[in-house]
Amino acid sequence: MSTDSIALPGSYEASRPLVDRLHEWVTTVDHKRLGILYILFALFFLVVGGIEATIMRIQLIRPQNDFVSPEVFNRMFTMHGTTMIFFVAMPLVFGFANYLVPLMIGARDMAFPRLNAFSFWLSAFGGLLLYFSLVGANGLYGAGNAPDVGWFAYAPLTAQTFSRGHSTDFWTLAVLVSGFGSIGTAINILTTILCLRCPGMKLGKMPLLAWLNLVMAGLVLLAIGPLTAAQIMLSLDRYLGAHFFDTQAGGSAVIWMHFFWIFGHPEVYILVIPAFAVVSEIIPVFSRKAMFGYPIMVAATVAIGFLSMAVWAHHMFTVGMSSNANTFFVLSTMAIGVPTGIKIFNWLATMWGGKIHFQAPMLFCIAFLFQFLIAGLTGIMLSAAPFDWQLGNSYFVVAHFHYVIVGGILFALFGAFYYWFPKMTGRMYDETVGKLHFWLFVIGFHLTFDFMHVPGLLGMPRRIYTYEPGRGWDTWNLIVTIGVFFQGLSILIFVGNLLWSRVKGKHSGSDPWDAWTLEWTTSSPPPAYNFATIPTVKSRRPLWDLKHPEDPDWKYE
Amino acid sequence: MSANVMTMPQRERTWELPSRGHVAMFALIVAESAIFVIFVVAYLFYLGKSLTGPTPKQVLEAPIFYSICLLSSSITIHLAVKALRAGDIRTFRAWWFGTIALGAAFLYGTAHEWHRLIYKDGLTISTNLFGTTYYSLVGLHGFHVIVGLICLSTVMAFALLGDVQQQHTYRVDVLSLYWHFVDVVWVVVFTVVYIIGR
Repeated sequence: MSTDSIALPGSYEASRPLVDRLHEWVTTVDHKRLGILYILFALFFLVVGGIEATIMRIQLIRPQNDFVSPEVFNRMFTMHGTTMIFFVAMPLVFGFANYLVPLMIGARDMAFPRLNAFSFWLSAFGGLLLYFSLVGANGLYGAGNAPDVGWFAYAPLTAQTFSRGHSTDFWTLAVLVSGFGSIGTAINILTTILCLRCPGMKLGKMPLLAWLNLVMAGLVLLAIGPLTAAQIMLSLDRYLGAHFFDTQAGGSAVIWMHFFWIFGHPEVYILVIPAFAVVSEIIPVFSRKAMFGYPIMVAATVAIGFLSMAVWAHHMFTVGMSSNANTFFVLSTMAIGVPTGIKIFNWLATMWGGKIHFQAPMLFCIAFLFQFLIAGLTGIMLSAAPFDWQLGNSYFVVAHFHYVIVGGILFALFGAFYYWFPKMTGRMYDETVGKLHFWLFVIGFHLTFDFMHVPGLLGMPRRIYTYEPGRGWDTWNLIVTIGVFFQGLSILIFVGNLLWSRVKGKHSGSDPWDAWTLEWTTSSPPPAYNFATIPTVKSRRPLWDLKHPEDPDWKYE
Repeated sequence: MSANVMTMPQRERTWELPSRGHVAMFALIVAESAIFVIFVVAYLFYLGKSLTGPTPKQVLEAPIFYSICLLSSSITIHLAVKALRAGDIRTFRAWWFGTIALGAAFLYGTAHEWHRLIYKDGLTISTNLFGTTYYSLVGLHGFHVIVGLICLSTVMAFALLGDVQQQHTYRVDVLSLYWHFVDVVWVVVFTVVYIIGR
């Protein structure tokens, strides 16, 4: 390390040795840095999970393809699902919540900064554990490599008898450890929102993003516990010879499904509610109107939170439950459509009559609205038990939930990337390249997931590594795979845009969107302490009040 | 308008928010409760489904004495926190030590019971479904007692060094919430295992 370099004003950041700067990032407890770490971690795994998906799609591009072996195909769909849910979607959601919640409620950091860092590193360690299975799981009998039991790991596939070696153990421990991280972060987010709001910000004056993340944190607390419990039971089965899911000793394979989906369905809402949160911030700003129906929006979110705890067994219609249970879960699942529909109408009503700016964040949110609606409609179709008996475990289901997770959640989060990128880096992204990313991704998404419904309707089951020619599935699978390459290309453009703009982008200033929430009062990027003086707010749009003292919001709220 | 109209003085309302320690501990308790609920459900679901013996009726005896120990430790920790709040360090230490002793007695009771079940009755976690669910549910609770005892002992060590003062009441109070939770869980576990389960 050279000691004779002179730190020029303004170049302090760049002049320090790389090791020092890395050390600062590794030991940081600053919520903004941890948020960015979460996001980078998720982006890395997004690429990894995307490569796994691409391998599967290349295998399925034509009948009787032999690009990968059946064993590798099983590992790919297991790793793809686990990676995308636990190490992409969850860290992205937590990353944005970490970065934005304290800034938006006028706090200087999260309630427990060190717990925050601990939770992040637990999640990161979980991701490492999962992928360490590739080299570490070659345990007994030389069997096993990466986990290959599917992301919901149904018993008895996971029993010692059927899953030799340690691949399933790596899967269990990875999910368990990252689950502890999730609980830590959820406690932190919940406590931050309840205890660290700036003066004047009553619950009813919080930005919707804070409200929705509060509900998300509550759901994490309720939903991760059952997953943790189920993973402990599975470990006891595998290591100590317990019989929880061992049907030979009277145990039940079905109860694993119940325990898993008691986590698994709220998990969907844990991911989608923060996506709603992002959309509820972006649409008003780019429509130049206040959010329509704020209290109804909050009420609908809370209703979704409660309902989501009572719908899990709609994943299990094909298992064969009693008709009473079927009826209950059909009705509760359909009931969720009501508050969700209210939300869609609220966003539409916000745009209605507004002066809409079609920039990248807004484009992604509009696509979100359209695609999430279709995802919801196929969801309603699948919620009818007889329909589900026909199409459960088919590619129709795969298309449905990718419509939710990619078409809904990922699109909204792309919007969030573009919207808050200037705040996080102080630089503006390239709008043209952003639009290119949007259109390529829209084309790729629809090529892949619109056409994926069809082979499902024609009877193609999920998780098969190949298929016979002449069943009418060939062309559809070809189109689906072509779409994947459009998506892959647009992701590369997206990452390239972020990297290039981080270095060469135009300086954005503190408030490039003329927005209304507190994070835009700080400099870009915000200082470590966020606010030199803690702000006081009187309405839901404190910056509107500041910019329009003649007509402030608090007169009407 | 009359000249002597009085303007009501605007009462300066201070901005008060809930304490973060308590909120976070409640959140942790919610998350932990979700874990326990699943183990309790598993216990109830597998009641009477074991294919081989021994059954709960044959081998389980309700640990009344040790349960009283654990439950009364809730009272002693409450008295300890109350003493600390009043600034009476000496009484605090006494009650705090009593809490640890009662918790340790409970753990001894569990260990004793497990020893008898394993060596005399031949019941292990892999014997049958009863063994599986019993050891995991009671064990999970026992694990929480152990974690609680480690935390309590840490505070005790600081107290003996003279580092726990009146101004630390808030932190000790948050910790006591966890201990109360462990006790409440035992009420549920006791009911499920030793009353409904037999």
